[in-house]
Amino acid sequence: MKHTLSVLVENKPGVLTRVAGLFARRGFNIDSLVVAETEKPELSRMTIAVDEQDQNVEQVTKQLHKLINVLKITDLDPAGSVERELLLIKVKASGQTRGEIMQMVEIFGARIVDVTAEVLLIEMTGPREKVGAFIDVLAPFGIVEQMRTGRLAMSRGRKAT
Amino acid sequence: MKAARVILEALKREGVDTIFGFPGGSVIPLYDALYDCPGITHILARHEQGAGHAADGYARASGKVGVCIATSGPGATNLVTPIANAYMDSVPMVAITGQVSRHLIGLDSFQEADVTGITLPIVKHSYLITSKDDITRTIREAFHIASTGRPGPVVIDIPVDIMKEDMEFDPDDVPPLHLPGYKPTVKGHMKQIREAARVIAAAERPVIYAGGGIIISGASQELREMALYGHIPVVNTLTGKGGFPEDHELSMGMVGMHGTPYANYALSQADVIFAVGVRFDDRVTGKLDAFAPHATFIHVDVDPAEISKNVAIDVPIVGDAKWVLGELITELRKLELSPDRHLPWMEQVESWKRDHPLIVREPDNGEIMPEWAIHKIWQVTNGDAIVCTEVGQHQMWAAQHYLCRHPRQFISSAGLGTMGFGFPASIGAQVGSPGRLVIDIAGDGSFQMTLQELATAVQFRLPVKVCIMNNQWLGMVRQWQELFWNSRYSQTCIECQPDFVKLAEAYGAEGYRVSRPEDLEETLRIAFASPAPAVIDIRVKQEANVYPMIPAGGTVHDMMEREL
Ligand SMILES: Cc1ncc(C[n+]2csc(CCOP(=O)(O)OP(=O)(O)O)c2C)c(N)n1
Repeated sequence: MKHTLSVLVENKPGVLTRVAGLFARRGFNIDSLVVAETEKPELSRMTIAVDEQDQNVEQVTKQLHKLINVLKITDLDPAGSVERELLLIKVKASGQTRGEIMQMVEIFGARIVDVTAEVLLIEMTGPREKVGAFIDVLAPFGIVEQMRTGRLAMSRGRKAT
Repeated sequence: MKAARVILEALKREGVDTIFGFPGGSVIPLYDALYDCPGITHILARHEQGAGHAADGYARASGKVGVCIATSGPGATNLVTPIANAYMDSVPMVAITGQVSRHLIGLDSFQEADVTGITLPIVKHSYLITSKDDITRTIREAFHIASTGRPGPVVIDIPVDIMKEDMEFDPDDVPPLHLPGYKPTVKGHMKQIREAARVIAAAERPVIYAGGGIIISGASQELREMALYGHIPVVNTLTGKGGFPEDHELSMGMVGMHGTPYANYALSQADVIFAVGVRFDDRVTGKLDAFAPHATFIHVDVDPAEISKNVAIDVPIVGDAKWVLGELITELRKLELSPDRHLPWMEQVESWKRDHPLIVREPDNGEIMPEWAIHKIWQVTNGDAIVCTEVGQHQMWAAQHYLCRHPRQFISSAGLGTMGFGFPASIGAQVGSPGRLVIDIAGDGSFQMTLQELATAVQFRLPVKVCIMNNQWLGMVRQWQELFWNSRYSQTCIECQPDFVKLAEAYGAEGYRVSRPEDLEETLRIAFASPAPAVIDIRVKQEANVYPMIPAGGTVHDMMEREL
């Protein structure tokens, strides 16, 4: 099962290693990991995407709770949360394909951020599946390079994640 | 004041009066401060591993936080085993390690090791101090974390240049604790506690499965009250020894691989298992799917991560054992349990005890049987000594035959199974319990791992008694080789060994050797009465095995009850 764990931690050196270590030790692969400061500079938010059995995720969540620097963990349910990834992608764009690519950019709500004679650098945000679909439609044109941030997620409604 | 002295003052503020350690380049300032610091006794070990295990034994015997010091690099890496050991058995410990100067960190400098990195998976928490301003707050936090909730080791790594700085120290200016992510749950959920009481009251075949958590939380009185009121048999784990008096009629003794047959039968047939301060270790459960197949599980633990970790729990209660048991007794009393509500079960339990007792083999052919020797030690000491053990067969015989009536009386490396733990631990236990008789029940193999601490025992006049169950084998491994590996005794014969009597004498301790059964009791009495540390080399039957035994991953049906 895919899980998105949103982990509120103290913004201190070594915290990332402690968190990552708990996954590594159990042989769990982290699909993606986003870490950045929150609205309170002394706190950071980690969004950890894993694909593991529910029981394993439950155990690792409990172990995460034991870390002194971890304040709060939410296993976000996809229906109750908004999930986003940021994609940067460089696509080959010759004279004839350029228009076609720009049409795709329009349809997917992406943005062109850099243009050269041979390539277009495109930025796009969206849920993981949409980002995936966008990459799929660009693939035939020739992808030079792509980077994804990995999943960020926030719970819906009034309450904080 | 030098920051090094501030470290010591901050330790004193936490109630520290004893430190175990070993000096080196990166802690010279700290040792300089110790040189004329009233109120702190430093016990100089002969190896950092010894210092670490001594701090552990001190903590387990006294209930206080054990403190040890090592220098950077090799000193600190020598502490890795004691830290892991304390982590596995939830022992409160603060390990202070010197680090190279800040400007040298990360440059592969002389005696540099990434100590916080190396110890990351085996600490409850750790700190690398980067400014003298963090010293007092860090020490306060470290002691709080080490000693509350589920206790464990905390490492504080301090660069040596910081120790040399000057700073202010005001003993009355106690830094506030700010640990927003650390709030151990003491009080269990009342709804769950009431549910537990209801399940226990309705049980037909209840068993209490009690572990080290009872001792850590000081819940023996409550456990006793609950067992007696509910008339419920109690099995204990290795670390739980003494949490419930093992000579009580409701005690079923130790459970698990080398536990008593009746403890294992009782768990396997129980319909309700009240587990408290335990972690369902594989040495207890054996094959998980076949473990206690009929039971409804209630589990009390202060660490939520233990709940349903290995066995799915029906009634989980997160909280401190003492607190929860106190409330549970009140709830049980409200239900007015009749003492004879599960008579057939008590009869069954009694008959298991009668029909499958632990066997003490009498001396045979002039040979001392190891468990008979332990039984003698128990008799000679009236069961009142503090007993530490090493790891191996002797440890299991000690657990089976040295019945404990009191908490903090039996000190053994359970989770990590560290050979070489017992002797330094006994030194720490003796420091923490002056005037008590402290014994290390050792194997000839294990003792050779940390025997240099004889010098420590002699120097600090700590009259610990090492009773070596000398079988000239790495016995427990030999037993496995015999039973499961066709008696191919690969590298387990250790006949080539020192003369332990001369060795003891060389260190200035007393040495005794016992080869004949008829000499054992007398020698023990003399050695135990002496004010000096002593090594008693007891020559036991060489190829004796520990029984009962449930092979690893097996079930109660696979139990080998005695030698064939
Ligand atoms: C540090 C360490 N190394 C290896 C082992 C594996 N081991 C477990 S028991 C044992 C044999 C112990 O021999 P001894 O101390 O003589 O005790 P005996 O079993 O003979 O009573 C060994 C090697 C261990 N537990 N700890």
